[in-house]
Amino acid sequence: MSIDMSQFHQVFFEECFEGLEAMESGLLSLDIGDIDPEAINTIFRAAHSIKGGSGTFGFTVVAEYTHIMETLLDEMRDGRRQVTKQAVDVLLGSVDCLREMLTSIQNEEDVNAESVAEHQSALETELNGDSSVNEKPNVAATPATNNAPPPLQSQDEEDEEPEIEEEQGWKISFCPYLNLLKTGNDPVRLFRELSALGQLTSNVNIQDVPNFNELDPEECNISWDLVLVSDASESTVREIFSWVEEDCELEISPLAKPKKKKKPKIAAPVPAPTPVVIETKEVIAPVLATPPTTVVKKASSDSDSAKNAPKASSSIRVDTDKIDTLINMVGEVVITQSMLGLIGENFTMDKVGQLKRGLAQLERHTRDLQQSVMNIRMLPISFVFSRFPRLVHDISTKLNKKITLKLVGENTEVDKAVVELINDPLVHLIRNSLDHGIEMPAERIAAGKPETGTIELKAYHRGGHIVIEIIDDGRGMDKSKLLAKAIEKGLVEESAILTDKQILELIFMPGFSTAEQLSDISGRGVGMDVVRRNIQSLGGNIDIISELGKGSTIAIHLPLTLAILDGQSVAVGDETYIVPLVSIIESINITEKMLNKVAGKGETFKLRNEYLPIIRMREIFNVKTGAATKPNEGVIVVVEGQGALCGFLVDELLGQQQVVIKSLEANYRRVEGVSGATILGDGSVALILDVPGLVRLSVC
Amino acid sequence: MSEKNENEIDALEEDNSAKKSSDTSTIIQYLSFVLGKEEYGVDILRVQEIRSWEPVSRVPNVPFYEKGVVNLRGAIVPIIDLRERFSLSKPEYTPLTVVVVLQTGSGSHTRIMGVVVDSVSDVISIERTDIQSAPDFGTKVSNEFINGLVSVNERMVMLLDVDKLLLLETLEQNDY
Repeated sequence: MSIDMSQFHQVFFEECFEGLEAMESGLLSLDIGDIDPEAINTIFRAAHSIKGGSGTFGFTVVAEYTHIMETLLDEMRDGRRQVTKQAVDVLLGSVDCLREMLTSIQNEEDVNAESVAEHQSALETELNGDSSVNEKPNVAATPATNNAPPPLQSQDEEDEEPEIEEEQGWKISFCPYLNLLKTGNDPVRLFRELSALGQLTSNVNIQDVPNFNELDPEECNISWDLVLVSDASESTVREIFSWVEEDCELEISPLAKPKKKKKPKIAAPVPAPTPVVIETKEVIAPVLATPPTTVVKKASSDSDSAKNAPKASSSIRVDTDKIDTLINMVGEVVITQSMLGLIGENFTMDKVGQLKRGLAQLERHTRDLQQSVMNIRMLPISFVFSRFPRLVHDISTKLNKKITLKLVGENTEVDKAVVELINDPLVHLIRNSLDHGIEMPAERIAAGKPETGTIELKAYHRGGHIVIEIIDDGRGMDKSKLLAKAIEKGLVEESAILTDKQILELIFMPGFSTAEQLSDISGRGVGMDVVRRNIQSLGGNIDIISELGKGSTIAIHLPLTLAILDGQSVAVGDETYIVPLVSIIESINITEKMLNKVAGKGETFKLRNEYLPIIRMREIFNVKTGAATKPNEGVIVVVEGQGALCGFLVDELLGQQQVVIKSLEANYRRVEGVSGATILGDGSVALILDVPGLVRLSVC
Repeated sequence: MSEKNENEIDALEEDNSAKKSSDTSTIIQYLSFVLGKEEYGVDILRVQEIRSWEPVSRVPNVPFYEKGVVNLRGAIVPIIDLRERFSLSKPEYTPLTVVVVLQTGSGSHTRIMGVVVDSVSDVISIERTDIQSAPDFGTKVSNEFINGLVSVNERMVMLLDVDKLLLLETLEQNDY
């Protein structure tokens, strides 16, 4: 029987990447010196799942590599090994390396053997290295890291190799439940793994096997008594069975000569009783002599992220609660529908009231249904935020700065599409804060600030929008310097008078960078204008508040969803178009007097004190139906696009409505000046205008 | 014209049943339709449905043969007039005008488009070996989306490559 395993690959990769993220956030949250055993356990479990999965799928490279990581983690978990900063860094490196490997396997490329070998040797060095408990003049001899291990040794004695006695091993009674095979577990696989540990003899009990005609081949009626002669620890043996633990009765007892101490291992190394240790334990991070340290306050745990896998199909994980609500809603709709059906069957005029009530109910249910479907697309912003602790950790180390990243409101929900698109702009902004915002420790102390800088990443809802703020307590922006730079670069006139806000907005101009020195982190001056453009393309905007010496706050406002939009429908000839309400400033009727021509062709009109260009929708879209309207017969919709105002001349305003955005590109292609399409109440299709695109189109 | 069409259909059906009796695995079924006086065929597995013409929403600034988009059960689907695409007959839109909804691409990248034809004639079964390659007309006639020719009842049917047909629509962005 051969199953096409490749059909499961996608799931496997997703799980792996999730596992890697869990490992990463786990590693980052490890507080050297005060190790939370559960955190190590989480990391270990993730590594173990990846190893198991990759073994099953035949990605031996990954399995072998993870095995080394796992060994290292296992020793840490059992308290046999110090958790040092160095070890954590090596493990973080391995996480990256694994991610690389998995990505190349996923893309069916060759694994970069060199980098794997490099990381692998680093891991092995670490594994064989001197940080093992027994012989340790420790690395970054921090007092805090001295905690615990020596006393633990006795507890773990059975693991220590020198302790081996001739006939060491385990007697395992493995009695699977009937459904073992149905859960996809194969005992043979377990035994194979066991036999890798040492000499394995097995005894099969078949007394429970029924008569042939009663036999269900999918049930497991056999049980085994196994004898494993091996120096492996009980936990190692148990681990092999960890996949089937819930589907069997498992007894593991030591062979003939048990050792004096046989405590089933609790993974948590209990902090040792020495008073000294307790004392040092309380002195946490600040004591650490190791240079730059990032303390991640809240590395969000289980971050199952929608990794932007290069391969096409994207999937989404949905909370079962949401699905249950959805199913409930659908049930309601079905009930209402059948009720309406009943009314319709023998309809008489006296049932009109009933019918109206039914229709109202249907409307309410439909709206609820729509809402809960939209809800499915909503993901917590932690999908994006969870990547930043690592970023901050790495960059602050590189820059020799001390920075704490605070995450606030990670559970704020936002549309999946926004989550996917907001990542890059945020990375850019955070890098900027790290690089330019936060000062060097010495500089901070001189300025009377705490040595460790803080970057706060905050998300919250406000009025149908999500606001993401990046707040740093760094040096802030020097407005006079900004202005001088802008004048020097010729971006503004020397005589120009700008408000503070306008000065700050200068950083969004293309080609503007004030960093005295370019670094590979930021400062090439290509960034901020791209950031602003990206955010605007999501239908959002970006604001800056900055005070010299005190820090800066960058606030991004984004619509909660990209799937629904408030639109103004307008008529041009016989055609209907939707103008996004957010870009409309106002709509006016104009008189002949307000019209002016530029060079005999271009039309402008005067709105209060500004002359704005008129774009005739009829002309730009080549509408041939209906009579041509003069500007004073139609309506001018004043819109803002690309930071400039202009007026669209349309025939008539039809009404405002919420529209569901449908992609034109899904079956068709991108059309200049159109950002999407929607379906109107009568079932016909209306195009949604891309205001900035149209402004561009009309200029060309 | 419709009378003639019906005759054709009858003839085709006979032909069809004859083919079916000698069924082998190399038989491919095509949906044939008429554009002007010419007959074309598309792989029947690509045909999602056949609809009657309904008014479309025009899309501005696209080639004239891309008539616009319609709402097909919630999906926005472009409608291409093949008669105009191949400059074959004068486009007339009556309730009898037919739109063949075709599916293209594979895996997760399928697209749907509707093509307007004069009328749908029949389902024809063709032996793979009966398909002749399309002759090269040089620059006079572009035959890039013709997969091959086949003779059915002494009439020539041109077999269209659906994927190429739609791909072209996406590539020829500057065709207007």
